[in-house]
Amino acid sequence: MQLGIDLGSRTIKVVVVKDGVLIDHAVAESGFEPHVQSRELIARFTPSRIIATGYGRHMAHKHFADEVITEIKAHALGARHFFPECRTILDVGGQDSKVIALTQEGRVATFQMNDKCAAGTGRFLEMMAATLGFFLDEFGAAAAQSDQDVPINSMCAVFAESEVISLKNRGVPVQDIARAIHISVVDRLAGMLQKVGYVDQVIFTGGVANNFFVVEALARKLGVSVLVPSIPTITGALGAALHTGGKCQAGI
Amino acid sequence: MKPLLLTEFEKMRDQNLMELTAAHSAGRKVVGTYCLYTPAELIVAAGAIPVSLCGTRQAPISAAEKYLPRNLCPLIKSSFGSAVTDTCPYFYFTDLLVAETTCDGKKKMYEILGKIKPLHLMQLPQTQEGEDSFHYWYREVVRFKSRLEEELGTTISYSGLKSAVQLLNEERQALADLQDVCKHIPSPISGVDLLAVLHLRNFFIDKREAILMLNRLTAELRDMCSAGSSPFRPDAPRILLTGVPVGTGSDKVIRIIEESGGSVVCLESCSAYKKVAPVDESLEPLTAIAKKYLLTPCSCMSPNNGRLELVARLAGEFAVDGIIDLTWQACHTYNLESFTLQQGLQKHHDLPFLQIETDYSEGDSEQLRVRIEAFLEML
Repeated sequence: MQLGIDLGSRTIKVVVVKDGVLIDHAVAESGFEPHVQSRELIARFTPSRIIATGYGRHMAHKHFADEVITEIKAHALGARHFFPECRTILDVGGQDSKVIALTQEGRVATFQMNDKCAAGTGRFLEMMAATLGFFLDEFGAAAAQSDQDVPINSMCAVFAESEVISLKNRGVPVQDIARAIHISVVDRLAGMLQKVGYVDQVIFTGGVANNFFVVEALARKLGVSVLVPSIPTITGALGAALHTGGKCQAGI
Repeated sequence: MKPLLLTEFEKMRDQNLMELTAAHSAGRKVVGTYCLYTPAELIVAAGAIPVSLCGTRQAPISAAEKYLPRNLCPLIKSSFGSAVTDTCPYFYFTDLLVAETTCDGKKKMYEILGKIKPLHLMQLPQTQEGEDSFHYWYREVVRFKSRLEEELGTTISYSGLKSAVQLLNEERQALADLQDVCKHIPSPISGVDLLAVLHLRNFFIDKREAILMLNRLTAELRDMCSAGSSPFRPDAPRILLTGVPVGTGSDKVIRIIEESGGSVVCLESCSAYKKVAPVDESLEPLTAIAKKYLLTPCSCMSPNNGRLELVARLAGEFAVDGIIDLTWQACHTYNLESFTLQQGLQKHHDLPFLQIETDYSEGDSEQLRVRIEAFLEML
C-alpha cells in the first residue's frame, strides 16, 4: 500500500493505492501548519511508502515522506491512470496553472507554468467571486446565466479587481461580470495550451476543473474535448501514490 | 570534495582590495568596466588597472529604485545601486568608467551614472554584419584609446598594445582551459564553485597572478578527474546555462539546479564561455581588437546568430543533457531571443530546453525549484 500526498497552496490531498488501484482518499485545508495537518491526514492509514508532491513536498520529506516527485510528474502519472492515452494535461490549482505535454509512452515531453501571477489560477477566481459576493461553488453557475460579452482587459489580479469594481459601479449586472471574469481565465489558459500545443483532448485537473463553466468555455474555445477526472483535485496525490521509485533525488 | 585552491581564490578577495588600495595610493589609475564589450587591452596598455564593477547583488537594488524604474532588469539596478550607495569598493577607486550602448536600459542608466563619475560611453553598432558596422566600431575603439590617453596622461604604444593583447589572450586561454575541464564526466567542480572562481577573477589586480592561479586550479581539477573525484555522480544530468550575465549573488538558478541534482557543466555567459574567444595576434592590434569585441554574441545585437552557434557547439562539446536559458526580468533582448534560440537549437540538437525568467530576489525560489526539478525529471 502506497500513500501519495499533495501539499498544495490551499489544500492537502492524500490518496492511498493498493496494487495500482485507488482505495481511499482524503482532503483538508492546508492551514497554518501544513505538516501538522498532513500528519493528521496520514494517521488514518498504514502505508508502506509515502511519496510527497506539491509546494510542500520537501518539507514533507523532512518530516515523514520517503520520496518526493514534482507536481508535473505527479499529474502526468495521475492523469494517465484515469485516461491511459492522454497527451495533454491542464492543471489549475490555487496558486499556479500548468500545461503538461506527454509523449505517447506517457513521459513528460514539455511543460509550461504560470506561477508568478495570480491571473488564471484558482486564487484569482476565488478573489473575484468574493468581490462579486458569490460563494466559489456558485460562481460558474452565475456566469452561465449571462450571454453578454463584457471585456475584462486586465490580466493582473490586482488591476482586474479595480476593473471589476468600476464595472459594478457602471451598473453592469454581476452575472455579466462573472462571465467576463471566467472568459478572461479561459483565454489565458487557452493561450498556455496553444503555446505548448495539444493533441486530440485535454485532461483538466485541479480545483478549477470543478467549475463547469470554465471546462465548457475552454472546450468551445479550443474545439477539442476537455475531460475531467471524477475527483480532479486528487490527481497529483494519486500520481504520487502510483509512483514506483527508481530515480534518486540528488546527484550531489 | 571541493578543490583546495578554491579557498585561495576566496582569500584573494581581500588581497586584491589591498593591492588595489596600494596601487591607487601609488598613483596607478583604475578604470571600471561593466561589460564584455570593453576592450580591456587598451586599459592595460595605458598602464591602468581594469576592474569589473559590482552588479550581481540584491542589496543595493532598493536604493537604485529611487532613481530608476522598478520594472528594469536587476543587473542594471544592482550596478547603479552599488555605485550610488558607495558599497562597491572598486567603484570607489575608479578614475574613469567605461560603458557601452548595449541595451536601452543600460545606455539610459549610464546617462545618470555619468553625473557621479567621469564616464566614457562607447557607441556600439546594432549589428555585427557588414563593413559599415565594423568601421563604426573601429572608430569607437580609436576614440576610446584617445580618451584613455587624455584622461590618464599617457600614450598607448604599438608594442604596449601588442603585449597587452598577448597577456589577455593568455588569460582567456587559462579561462578556457579551466572551463574545459568540466567536459569530463562527471565534472570535477560544481557550477556554483566554477562561477565563484570566474567572478573572483574579475577583481584580480595582477593579471599574471590570475593566470597562474587559474592554471594551478585547472591542474588540480585535472588531477581530481584522474582520481575519479567529483561532487557529482556520473549520471547527474549535465546542464548548459545560457542567457544573461550571472555572478556570485545572482547565482540563484545555478544553485537550485545543483541542489536538485543537476550538474551545471557549462556557462555560456559573459564572464564564462562568451569571454574566451582570443584577439587575432597576427593582425594590426587595433583592428584585431575591434574585430574580436564586435563579435561578442550578445542579445543586444540583431541578428545574433553567434550565440546560437556557440550554444549549439558547447552543448555538443560538453555532452549536455539539457539547456536552461536564464532571463532577468525586464531584459527584453534575452527574453525575446529565447524563442529564436530554442527554435534554432532544434535544428542542431534534440535537447530539452527550459527558459527561466527571474530576478535577484529569493521570493520565487520554490516556484523555480518546481520547474527545475520537473525539467531534471524529464531528462
